[in-house]
Amino acid sequence: MVTQLIVGVEGADVRNYLTFILNGKTQRVDNIAGDMTLLKWLRDQKSLVGSKEGCAEGDCGACTVAIVKTDDSGNLIWRSVNACIVFMGMLEGCAVITVEGLNGPDGELHPCQKALIDFHGSQCGFCTPGFVMSLFTAWSNKHGLMAEDIDDTLAGNLCRCTGYRPIVEAGLSLKNSKQPQWELDRNEILKKELLEINSSEPVEITDGKNSFSIPTNHEDFSKTYADQPSATIVSGATDIGLWVTKQNRDLPNMIWTGRVKEFNKIDEQDDFIIIRPAVTHQEAMAKLGNKWPTIKALWKRFGSVQVRNSGTVCGNLANGSPIGDLPPALIALESLIELTNKNKKRKLPLEEFFIEYGRQDRHAGEYVSGIFVPNKPGDNFRCYKLSKRFDQDISAVMMGANLIVEKTKITMAKICFGGMAGTPKRATEVEKALLGQPFEPQSFIKASKNINKDFDPLTDVRGSADYRRKAAQNLVMKYGYELTGSFVPNLADRNQVENLVS
Amino acid sequence: MKDTDGSAKEGTVHKAIRHDSAHKHVSGAAKYVDDIAVPPNTLQILLGQSKFAHAKILSMDLSQVENFPGVIKVLTAADIPGINDCSPFAGDDPIFAENVVSYLGQSVFAVVAEDIKIARNAIELADIRYEELPAVITIDQALETGNVLGPPAVIECGEADQALDKSKNKLEGKIILGGQEHFYLEGQAAYAFAGEDTDIVVHCSTQHPTEIQHKVAMALGLSNHDVTVITRRMGGGFGGKESQGNLPAIVAALAAKLTGRPAKIIYDRDDDFILTGKRHDFQISYKVGFEDNGLINSVIVDQAMRCGMSWDLSEAIAARAMCHAENSYFIKNMRITSHRLKTNTQSNTAFRGFGGPQGIVGMERVIDHVAYHLNIDPLLVRERNFYPHKTSTEYGKTPYGQTVHDCVIQDIISELKKTSNYFERRQSIEKFNKNNDFLKRGIALTPVKFGISFNASFLNQAGALLHVYNDGSVYLNHGGTEMGQGLNTKIAQIVANEFKLPLNKIKITATSTGKVPNTSATAASSGSDLNGMAAKNAAEKIKSRMAEYLAAEAQIKPNEVSFEDGKVLVGANDYNFSDAVKRCYMGRISLSATGFYSTPKVHWNPKTLKGRPFYYFAYGAACSEVVVDLLTGENRILRTDILHDVGKSLNPAIDIGQIEGGYVQGAGWLTTEELVWDDRGRLLTHAPSTYKIPACSDRPLDFRVKLFSEGENCEETIHRSKAVGEPPLMLGTSVLMALSHALQAVNARKAYPNLNAPATPERLLMQSLQLGGPSV
Repeated sequence: MVTQLIVGVEGADVRNYLTFILNGKTQRVDNIAGDMTLLKWLRDQKSLVGSKEGCAEGDCGACTVAIVKTDDSGNLIWRSVNACIVFMGMLEGCAVITVEGLNGPDGELHPCQKALIDFHGSQCGFCTPGFVMSLFTAWSNKHGLMAEDIDDTLAGNLCRCTGYRPIVEAGLSLKNSKQPQWELDRNEILKKELLEINSSEPVEITDGKNSFSIPTNHEDFSKTYADQPSATIVSGATDIGLWVTKQNRDLPNMIWTGRVKEFNKIDEQDDFIIIRPAVTHQEAMAKLGNKWPTIKALWKRFGSVQVRNSGTVCGNLANGSPIGDLPPALIALESLIELTNKNKKRKLPLEEFFIEYGRQDRHAGEYVSGIFVPNKPGDNFRCYKLSKRFDQDISAVMMGANLIVEKTKITMAKICFGGMAGTPKRATEVEKALLGQPFEPQSFIKASKNINKDFDPLTDVRGSADYRRKAAQNLVMKYGYELTGSFVPNLADRNQVENLVS
Repeated sequence: MKDTDGSAKEGTVHKAIRHDSAHKHVSGAAKYVDDIAVPPNTLQILLGQSKFAHAKILSMDLSQVENFPGVIKVLTAADIPGINDCSPFAGDDPIFAENVVSYLGQSVFAVVAEDIKIARNAIELADIRYEELPAVITIDQALETGNVLGPPAVIECGEADQALDKSKNKLEGKIILGGQEHFYLEGQAAYAFAGEDTDIVVHCSTQHPTEIQHKVAMALGLSNHDVTVITRRMGGGFGGKESQGNLPAIVAALAAKLTGRPAKIIYDRDDDFILTGKRHDFQISYKVGFEDNGLINSVIVDQAMRCGMSWDLSEAIAARAMCHAENSYFIKNMRITSHRLKTNTQSNTAFRGFGGPQGIVGMERVIDHVAYHLNIDPLLVRERNFYPHKTSTEYGKTPYGQTVHDCVIQDIISELKKTSNYFERRQSIEKFNKNNDFLKRGIALTPVKFGISFNASFLNQAGALLHVYNDGSVYLNHGGTEMGQGLNTKIAQIVANEFKLPLNKIKITATSTGKVPNTSATAASSGSDLNGMAAKNAAEKIKSRMAEYLAAEAQIKPNEVSFEDGKVLVGANDYNFSDAVKRCYMGRISLSATGFYSTPKVHWNPKTLKGRPFYYFAYGAACSEVVVDLLTGENRILRTDILHDVGKSLNPAIDIGQIEGGYVQGAGWLTTEELVWDDRGRLLTHAPSTYKIPACSDRPLDFRVKLFSEGENCEETIHRSKAVGEPPLMLGTSVLMALSHALQAVNARKAYPNLNAPATPERLLMQSLQLGGPSV
């Protein structure tokens, strides 16, 4: 028997079972391993085998299901997620809808399912339930079925048979369909059911070997982690899920940030936008993306809708991936990271957090409690990501860059790269070379040569050292051209490329 | 294309009918092997893999694995009662390596456990000592060390050397083509249980149930009739389930037999990548002699292919690569030499096109190079060299001796160049390229001619089994397997059409070796050609028995009995089909028949590599336009126009799906899909996080696909259709050639861009820089 982890409530009211709704039926689940994934549970325990395992790492989308919550005003919020890397505890208080849960009361197909049939959108059919669920989530959110965003809706679902055209057309055809009355009715019932299971009780589940703790306020979280600093903090599990499914690691104790009330928001104070630990990429993208379109474009290429619906910004940074798409952008914006140990807080520039490959400046007992992004204009802020495939790929080279121009001279430059070193790292020699120079392409061309002084990149499956060096130089050059007026369309953005089609 | 569900009165063939499982696909009700409800005592199997590419096994201590709680059995070579081999024919693929391991990831033993987590934990406790041996990983290493599976194979026609010497212009060059992982969404999967006596039943995700039956029997020391293999459907195959399903199926059967409990093995994605073979990577060197007008006199081509650690299907794949080395072009003097290289890597295997794609890309590269040299449009060079049209008085002959009498590539090209507006767009692209330093566009229109039939003639046979029950419902079974290509739908259409019944009267059932024996793999695009004919044959038998009986009853001639619109017309009487069936049943008429078909006219001499291996050719062409960012190497397909010949289409909706999917898969092979091994032979790209198949947004921005409307097979194929599974993959060649065109705009034709594949952003940027493209 493992000891109970949540200490804030002194063992009194910690619920030892999960409550959530599965395809319209309330579930009470106890005695379950903390590292049990939703996909495994659905297939093995519930015989719901419509959701498939295609990769067990959140990259193919064959296991896509919808997770539903209500927002503060009681509206339903639908998220598509990859069930292969969702831990069961993360369902607490939510509703899960799988492909088996879409049918109408008389067994009629849902419009999303019907559209895929009408447009011949399935061949082997293995990926199809995942596509259905991605379309269904967009349909339910009334967002993501237009020509300009359908690719984003489907970026997290791989199909090896069709070449995608019929699936896209099926998706686009849905924008004119109405929700059937039975679906509207069903959603009303769902709202009520969600309200009924809504609680702020802390929960901890375990099978006696692996536990999963779900504190619901910051104080509990803080105390719990301080008492058990060897526990694994989980946010979206888009990486930690893989420790289980891919690396077969044993995680005896996990503490989840997802239901901590204070962690679920984006604050604005003292000239900072503060992203708290449970804020997902999708939520942060909506906020920061409105302010800086370039970071929205980058974020759209970050994982997929499913991954962004699960993964969090703080989790991404805490994990310290050397390539991580986001740190270079956030560092170029001069963001700070806040670390908390019980009640002690410290803030440091994000770039200083990354010490070396696999090592971050996070002491025992500390957790990332917020990212502080300066809330200032960034007219010259740009992000560039290079990868083998545009969507759902990890960058070979990632550049975030920002600068200030005063009276035709560059007076501030922050240029940061991912993929060029063991950590996200600023190109300080390039920056130096830009400072004080006239704001014209030649300055950037000259400065870009300093990439060789700043970096000695590695060769790996994503790119050779030589390619990384050259591409990084060219990105600095491209950045210069773009700012000074010779715009080169970004091929990653299909909408920007459209007018090139002859 | 809006679909119909096959209830149309006017018949069921040549109609855009939805996939028979579409409803089940979208509702999650379509069952794959891992979805089958199994008894709770079912065991899970995990394979223990070699940690070296080439090594002697010094000792193997698996006692800790065996003693791990929850482990029921550990399997090694010593546990195999029969023959330790899972190869398709050469006998060189051990189920479990003995003494020596030949690639990193090779199966050495198996853990059979209560659940997969136990198996995963236990497997780490294996103590195997190796003595590393020198490993040959790359094509270059194999060429240097002379590591081959067999001597080079050669096909020659005319006098290649002399014709080259005499040519006014000569060029030589080389193209490197990477391999390709199948990435079927459903990994290899098998589920086995033992029955009475020595019976074993295996449910398996395979294109070749019969081979699995035979290999299971051989390994378990049984007869073929002891083993039943069942395949309802696969979650994608693409050739990757032609021979690669043998290993998991045998291991599952072995575990079931030895433990007496049902056992299942499901490769997870990483294991699937690491254990199974892929499309062969090639290095193709060429010499070409040609005239100023683009007429090619001679081509000498060397195809070096990485086969991996064993033959698998490489001999046949090499043959097909050689038989497609001239693509659609009548080259009177040609020599093709194939080097089948042995390496300490996964044993490469069938993949949609089966060597054909590599052969064709090689030839298209030759054309592109020639056109560059002459500074003329490559399409003109292509047109100058096509095989004579089917209406010509004199036909061309392939280097392997087959007369090409059905060539329609001219018709396809002339329509496609019009509808795609090729020449005008090429001009405007060249203008665009002059005015843009960083973005370059490219366009290419490339043809495909693909030979249909298995090279090995004996494989071109198929069987079907048809029952008509006394309520008039029809039970259809045939030797082909469904992997998404819509084979079952097409064959049900064919049978429904024979009886003039609505499609829903035909029950499609899982492929089973217990129903149709001695089948060939569903491969070589031949699924509907072969099995469709066999099913038609079975239906005809039942129809004629019914007609004979009903005619005798009515005292008319059998040919006065006809089947129409769900009815059987017998003289003055018209019976509902079910009533007619009932009468026949009461009259003690057999309402069950087997059907059989063997492809006529084909013959092939595997020693001389000459003959008529192909019953006919399928033709098609694609025009792709791309844009490249020379600063980063990023690129996109802007527009694609395809015109493809499927003869008289059995099902236009399914055929369009095959064409679009094949094209995108071919484009993926040549652009983003990159396999990387390290020096030790470890495959570094073994999951979708590192291996990039096309995603949704990679499809062409503007994608126009049409069937060749005049298409009609010259040969008497099933309803004059043509096979469609593989040929469209090679339409993706146009993307590589369009990228080459874009790079030709770099630095005003300084040099020919020797673009290799996959043309990743890295490769494009580095190639551009070599040509003097923009950089600091």
